[in-house]
Amino acid sequence: MIDKRKVTGDMNRLIIGYFILATAIPARAFAKIIKVGKGQVVTHIQQGIDMAAAGDTVLVSEGIYRQGNIVINKPIVLKGVNHPVLDGEKKYELISVKSPGVTVEGFLVRNSGHSSMTDIAGIKIYNTHHITVINNILEDNFFGIYAQQAAHCVIQNNSITAYAKETQLSGNGIHCWKSDSMHISANSVTGHRDGIYLEFATHSLIEKNTVQKNLRYGLHFMFSHNNTYTRNIFRNNGAGVAVMYTRHVTMKNNRFEENWGDAAYGLLLKEISDSDIEGNYFEKNTSGIYMDGSSRIEMYKNVFKDNGWAIKMQASCMDIKLEKNNFINNTFDMGTNGSLVLNTFKNNYWDKYEGYDLNKDKIGDVPYRPVSMYSMIIEQNPPAMMLFRSFITALLDKTEKLLPSLTPENLKDDYPLMKPLAL
Amino acid sequence: MIITSNVSKKFGKLKALDDVSVTCNRGECIALIGPNGSGKTTLVKTILGMVVPDSGFITFNGKNILHDWKYRKDIGYMPQIGRYPENMTIGQVLDMMRDIRHAKNFIPDEELIESFGLGALIQKRMRTLSGGTRQKVSASLAFLFNPDVLILDEPTAGLDPLASGILKEKIVAEKEKGKLILITSHVLSELDDLITQVIYMQEGKLKFHKSIETLRSDTGEMQLTRAIASIMTN
Amino acid sequence: MRKIIKYVIADILRNKIVIAYTAFLLVMSLSIFALEDNTSKGLLSLLNIILLIVPLVSIVFSTIYIYNSSEFIELLVSQPLKRKSIWLSLFSGLAASLALSFFIGAGIPILIYQPSPTGIMMLLTGLLLSVIFVSIALFASVTTRDKAKGIGKVILLWLYFSILFDGLILFLLFQFADYPLEKAMVAVSAFNPIDLSRILILLQMDVSALMGYTGAIFRNFFGTQIGIALAFIVLVLWMMTPLWLSLRRFTTKDL
Repeated sequence: MIDKRKVTGDMNRLIIGYFILATAIPARAFAKIIKVGKGQVVTHIQQGIDMAAAGDTVLVSEGIYRQGNIVINKPIVLKGVNHPVLDGEKKYELISVKSPGVTVEGFLVRNSGHSSMTDIAGIKIYNTHHITVINNILEDNFFGIYAQQAAHCVIQNNSITAYAKETQLSGNGIHCWKSDSMHISANSVTGHRDGIYLEFATHSLIEKNTVQKNLRYGLHFMFSHNNTYTRNIFRNNGAGVAVMYTRHVTMKNNRFEENWGDAAYGLLLKEISDSDIEGNYFEKNTSGIYMDGSSRIEMYKNVFKDNGWAIKMQASCMDIKLEKNNFINNTFDMGTNGSLVLNTFKNNYWDKYEGYDLNKDKIGDVPYRPVSMYSMIIEQNPPAMMLFRSFITALLDKTEKLLPSLTPENLKDDYPLMKPLAL
Repeated sequence: MIITSNVSKKFGKLKALDDVSVTCNRGECIALIGPNGSGKTTLVKTILGMVVPDSGFITFNGKNILHDWKYRKDIGYMPQIGRYPENMTIGQVLDMMRDIRHAKNFIPDEELIESFGLGALIQKRMRTLSGGTRQKVSASLAFLFNPDVLILDEPTAGLDPLASGILKEKIVAEKEKGKLILITSHVLSELDDLITQVIYMQEGKLKFHKSIETLRSDTGEMQLTRAIASIMTN
Repeated sequence: MRKIIKYVIADILRNKIVIAYTAFLLVMSLSIFALEDNTSKGLLSLLNIILLIVPLVSIVFSTIYIYNSSEFIELLVSQPLKRKSIWLSLFSGLAASLALSFFIGAGIPILIYQPSPTGIMMLLTGLLLSVIFVSIALFASVTTRDKAKGIGKVILLWLYFSILFDGLILFLLFQFADYPLEKAMVAVSAFNPIDLSRILILLQMDVSALMGYTGAIFRNFFGTQIGIALAFIVLVLWMMTPLWLSLRRFTTKDL
């Protein structure tokens, strides 16, 4: 006896299967795969692209291609197998994307041309949208990946390396100009001028990138509002991270490490406003954060450890809220250049705090003044750093604690924590 | 054996030695006498090289002692006040000196150590010792290495009569062996039966250097004290 | 010479002051490391001990020891020994025993609790400072006959090196604030072994801050292998020069 229910069930499945096939087949029927490379009919990549129609995939096999500039002017997928090498012989821009809906994947792009006139890049996106650049290796290019007037692009999992010695002769790793809704994630950038550079780039998400050992800034942006930066690592860049003239920046859970030098900052905030800085980790920077002309910034739950100055806050800053941060083993917790303080400090843990907690509410009963006298002296007279930690400077600091004269009266944390926060 | 030639030494304005020339020979036992501050100890110290003269020179067995140090192995010196590393025991000090001065085929002369009874005190630390016991240690050390020359600075000062007697006997015995012995002292009576020569100093100058016989015949006094006294009054 | 050193060391090591000094260092450094939950804060407290206590004890103790040994020195000088070897033995004995005290009192706790570059640098400079101040003490005591005067002199020297010099520098820095003094500061630091040691430690301890403007110059100088080597050479010169001068004095000194 035949089970009716089983039959109808099978029928249903068949029908569903048919519909799936019916929708899939036309696409398959028209989306060709064009193979390019040694032993193939087509050996030139540009030729392959020219042959392709919208939606096709141009599949490039392993090998070294010295074929000059490749222009992609239709929505196709350009994909490399085992990272074929595109070599620009120091003369050409390797891939120019000039159509929306393009994917570039799996290449090793190297030796682009250098120019002081035009911004030659390994992969450059021209005035278009919905581009995906994924899983590429870029080596020794002038600019790595360059987006101009682009929107809705994904730049992901690329490894970008250059070997620049001087900033003038080098471009940026990932460069976005006048772009919107970019998604830059999980790239690693090393040895360029700026690791990631954004100018007039808005509504973008920059996450999980590792940016280190670039000549100038790890991350550099200007006039790039409403962007979010999370879980990036900026390490050992020539001048750290500098962000300027921007509103509504969200920076969460990034690491700023080992940015050493006279003008190097873990994070330089110049004219930044209405922003959140939360859960970041600043370690071993000459200055963890340097703030100038910034306002309405909320800083929560950041860790400042082993920095020269955890925070240098110029007197031009206002409405900065500094709450629940850990300050551990910094040479100076805070530096400033003026006595006017329009910022609030609350519930931070300062390891240099020597107060007491009689009522056992885990909050110190006397305020903590994070600006030490000697940091003020050094601000005025840098060579005095030579005498730091000598007996006489310790004496000066102690007297200043008893009778404040140089340090700003209002720069203090009235509710310092007795124990560090678990961050 | 020891010749000082025109030795002068100034300490600041004080002339400690003023053109002193002395010759000391083997087998002699010389008393270096004079009032306090007459330059006796300074002369001894220049001979030992502890004080460097401003002018003049000193030879030991014909060799200039300036910049030399080896000649001191032939000298046993007993200082006026012997002070030693305070935390060391007598035994350690003796061992140290043996250690420093040891030579091949060397047989230490431990007679004084025994006769002073220092053996029983061998574990005592130097800081616990009385002045007299320290002198005993100093004396023992001076004789320990059987040197050709003995320089004793106020040897009997601080010693009890018994120990003083033992020391005198030892000095006589060593004299008999033909050694040169130089004793500074202002306690003259003790030296009577020991010495063969007298060097008398005053205000850094050598007043005279005579054998005891000459001295006696010159003054007609048998006792050294009297002889000196008669010279000083004349 | 080795024999004299042996006896001098044996004598000093039994000295109650040296034993107390070792114990003091040991108690201080152990309590610093045990009580501070933050070891780098502990290192900071230790820094002050190294820069203040170690030179003070080294210089005062050595001076007193030399004066107290004057008769012993006389005794040795009357022996068939070279004056040079007597003096060098005294120096070696003092230096070795004070360095040993420091090593036991502070070095071992550092090695146990904080074997970091900062800790190692502290250990090295502490040892060097011990020896340098023995050498300075020797020079001071050989040039001054009177014991009280000599001790006063070395205490003044200590004050100068640990406080007055820095005060003077601070004063000059502000007097001449308009001039670029960074490079001059590097040179000036060579004139004070305590400052030089402090900067060497600072370069390990506050490396981030020293990367700042002036710091970069310090770092460029002291941070390189050559710079560190040079700094140590200067410290060794600080050790050798007073010793050599004192030796010259001692060989012709009247005892």
